Amino acid sequence: MKLTMWTYEGPPHIGAMRVATGMKGLHYVLHAPQGDTYADLLFTMIERRGARPPVTYTTFQARDLGSDTAEMFKNAAKDAYEREAPEAMMVGASCTAELIQDDPGGLAKALDLPCPTIPLELPSYSKKENWGAAETFYRLCRTLADPATAEGREQASCNILGPTALGFRHRDDTAEIKALLTTLGIKVNVVAPMPARPSDLVRLPAAAFNVVLYPEIAETAARWMERAFKQPFTKVVPIGVGATREFIAEVAALAGVDPEPALDDDNSRMPWWSRSVDSNYLTGKRVFVFGDATHAAAIARVCAEEMGFRVVGLGTYSREGARTIRAVAKDLELEPLITDDYLEVEAAIKAAEPEMVLGSQMERHIAKRFGISCAVISAPVHVQDFPARRSPVMGFEGANVLFDTLVHPLTMGLEEHLLTMFREDHEFSDEAGASHLAAHAPRPSAAPAVSSEILIAPPSAHAAMADGGCAEDLIPAEAAGLEMPALEWDSDAQKELKKIPFFVRGKARQNTERYAAERGMSRITVETLYDAKAHFGR
Amino acid sequence: MNAPARIKGPTTLVHGPRGGCDRPVLKERGQREVFCGLTGIVWLHRKIQDAFFLVVGSRTCAHLLQSAAGVMIFAEPRFATAVIDERDLAGLADAHDELDRVVTELLARRPDIKLLFLVGSCPSEVIKLDLAKAAERLNRNYHPATRVLAYSGSGIETTFTEGEDACLASLVPDLAATDASQLLLVGALPDIVEDQFLRMLSAMGIDSVAVLPGRNADAMPAVGPNTSYMLLQPFLTETAARLAGRGAQYLPALFPFGAAGTRAFLAAAAARFGVSDETFEAVIAAPEKRAHEAIARHRPTLAGKSISFFPDSQLEPPLARFLAEECDMRPIEVGSPYLHRQHLAEELPRLPQDVRLSEGQDVDRQLARLEDDGPDLTVCGLGLANPLEARGYRTKWAIELIFSPIHGFEQAGDLAELFARPLQRAERLAV
Ligand code: SF4
Ligand code: SF4
Repeated sequence: MKLTMWTYEGPPHIGAMRVATGMKGLHYVLHAPQGDTYADLLFTMIERRGARPPVTYTTFQARDLGSDTAEMFKNAAKDAYEREAPEAMMVGASCTAELIQDDPGGLAKALDLPCPTIPLELPSYSKKENWGAAETFYRLCRTLADPATAEGREQASCNILGPTALGFRHRDDTAEIKALLTTLGIKVNVVAPMPARPSDLVRLPAAAFNVVLYPEIAETAARWMERAFKQPFTKVVPIGVGATREFIAEVAALAGVDPEPALDDDNSRMPWWSRSVDSNYLTGKRVFVFGDATHAAAIARVCAEEMGFRVVGLGTYSREGARTIRAVAKDLELEPLITDDYLEVEAAIKAAEPEMVLGSQMERHIAKRFGISCAVISAPVHVQDFPARRSPVMGFEGANVLFDTLVHPLTMGLEEHLLTMFREDHEFSDEAGASHLAAHAPRPSAAPAVSSEILIAPPSAHAAMADGGCAEDLIPAEAAGLEMPALEWDSDAQKELKKIPFFVRGKARQNTERYAAERGMSRITVETLYDAKAHFGR
Repeated sequence: MNAPARIKGPTTLVHGPRGGCDRPVLKERGQREVFCGLTGIVWLHRKIQDAFFLVVGSRTCAHLLQSAAGVMIFAEPRFATAVIDERDLAGLADAHDELDRVVTELLARRPDIKLLFLVGSCPSEVIKLDLAKAAERLNRNYHPATRVLAYSGSGIETTFTEGEDACLASLVPDLAATDASQLLLVGALPDIVEDQFLRMLSAMGIDSVAVLPGRNADAMPAVGPNTSYMLLQPFLTETAARLAGRGAQYLPALFPFGAAGTRAFLAAAAARFGVSDETFEAVIAAPEKRAHEAIARHRPTLAGKSISFFPDSQLEPPLARFLAEECDMRPIEVGSPYLHRQHLAEELPRLPQDVRLSEGQDVDRQLARLEDDGPDLTVCGLGLANPLEARGYRTKWAIELIFSPIHGFEQAGDLAELFARPLQRAERLAV
């Protein structure tokens, strides 16, 4: 038994649902009690899907136990087949049904439905969502892929494997990588699980190799296909400019084509944006990266090599991906954090004192509580992680998107200088927040506020964030359980503090008070202020 | 399945005396698309400020809870799941020892917790982990610093709001005894709404009013033969039965939704405690007027519009009554997971005669009926809302009716607005 306040991954049948919901013409009959139907809302609300997930739940109740739950399952499967007429059906149990051991696979077999029926054994008490997705996809491939379709395959052809429903930017990554492969003259045979049909999986062997975008989901199947159909698969995940280039070299070699057409993509703006003088201020920014192994590892590399940040923490919640993270952590000389306990992640973030946190929705919330800037780079996802616009993180456009994503929460360099310049102007007011964010509506003040338009600088900066704040419902430090010692500032120190630009003043105050508190000081002098600055300065 | 608060399944319940309502009810037994009782933790933990809810269940239960709660902003929520793993199932670890260990860990972390609910789930019930026994054992160690109670929120025993019923029912045996004459309001409402009721009752001169649940462990009401209890929510079946078991008298009334519902609810209390008509009218005059005015603002949007309810919270019949009587809407189908004939005795006769009442669920059949009915507005769960919108139906999320303050005079306008907003939005949008 493990005390769990929150979990990064759902149970394994949620992984199976992500596969089923990404696909078309597939139906999943799940032996489960009524409450398990909550899973539908993940897809209809978070991803805004306009159709119910293709899942039939048996919703057995206590009174059915021991008598006719098996019969209920059979009826549900039969009805589902008649109603949906799927090309293939998956059957399985959720945690509760696993305990009552009705054997959905055997029951479905006895029904002898006129479509392939794939039994899923997903151990709910030991495995989790990503494992469930991987196992489901592997089972589908094993059952459906027809070796005969390998006949006469072209070398310059591949499948794209990994995208599912509810994935972090899977929709846009797939489009991006498909376009990249097309530029290279590589034919894309099947993209699966999303948006393939079971009948598409039949012809998986027709491609010469597999592109694995999300190893968490597709590696099990890809390994099997490597053995079964002699299809090698890609190892590089094309997140970031460097990785995208390596990926292009890797697929070009597998396909026997010239990599050049894809390598000089005029739309790859990220390297120049990062070299532009304005980006100087990004140098050495302390970032903490946590997420699924694929995204966390790739983004840590982007941070270090392409943004010029300093990665001060790296981890994953996925034990299966621990090896990937360990390798990158070693390169970055970090102790990797492998845990699915968010309280441990919270403690690690607190200890690492990052200026920005890159993680899942949970790390975003942790960062908000601490008043640290943040951006989401990994599942588990939230409705905000499904933007209306195209927003890949893979390929060159993905790298462009990442640049914006990672810069947006930080105060822009140019703006930093201009704010300092205007600070003494009479129309300037510290109370002004960034005007483009409603959440930063200026606090009441007599003086008219300077707006970010006057500041010329791009309005993407969150001035208030450098002020120790954050754009969304910021929770006061006290409420977040951080002790706020009662410290006395002497008047000179007060005056000195006033001279610090307002957008870093909060941080300076906080750091100084923390420094003083940790040393048991009760009075803060100008000395303390600068001691603290030296202590926390990089 | 030894949790103390056993909620019987929808169709096995013995019906109370029929309240003069013998209309036909469509009984359904198919796939259900509803939350389980664990969901109640999302609002109950906010209501009882020093209580912690520990679900003994699976990763699914933990995932349901966090998905229903939706947000993760709390530094440390006052609910968690003791996730059963292979070792517990294989008998390698004694589940009771494991539970004790988890509780010890939890209480060491959260010494501020005065009331700990062990909440049963489907897995804990299927493996017959006796949480009532566990609570008894833990009480020997932790009471009086922390009181440990147990109830079932499992999906095989409880549907959505029945989790609150099970929770409140688990409190009843523990309540102190009293012979004093008092009014007991039952149901977890937002404090602000509760206070409105208390203020009005007190203005009428009914001073000894208690509420179940109290706002913290030390503020639980007493109960006895001179207690009259009123239900604020229609789903409190087991709680009511246990209160009756403690000798309390059931005071029937309409549920306090809308101006008429709130008036009738308060009138029942006033009559029972001998409040004069004059006083009663004087007290409710101003808020009732505000309610009428607020509802009137939304009536033009709602009048004449048809509405269907998918079974969700058991609030469906009283809400349909409010919408029909006060907003001039036309309910077509009113589905509820369970119709408690006695508690709905005042409500059901007031529904228009042509309303189709359904109990239980077969989601695909109800979707087919919806297709035939083509209502202007459909009240349904989150799993169905967007798929229905995509098919051209306007929807209202049922869960919002549970999470938002909707009871009483001051909220009557807000309640109407919850239904008006999707219709108004549909009118505005040109994309
Ligand atoms: S239905 Fe049962 S197994 Fe599913 S979340 Fe609810 S209590 Fe847990
Ligand atoms: S607004 Fe705050 S929470 Fe949102 S991304 Fe920016 S820094 Fe993070």
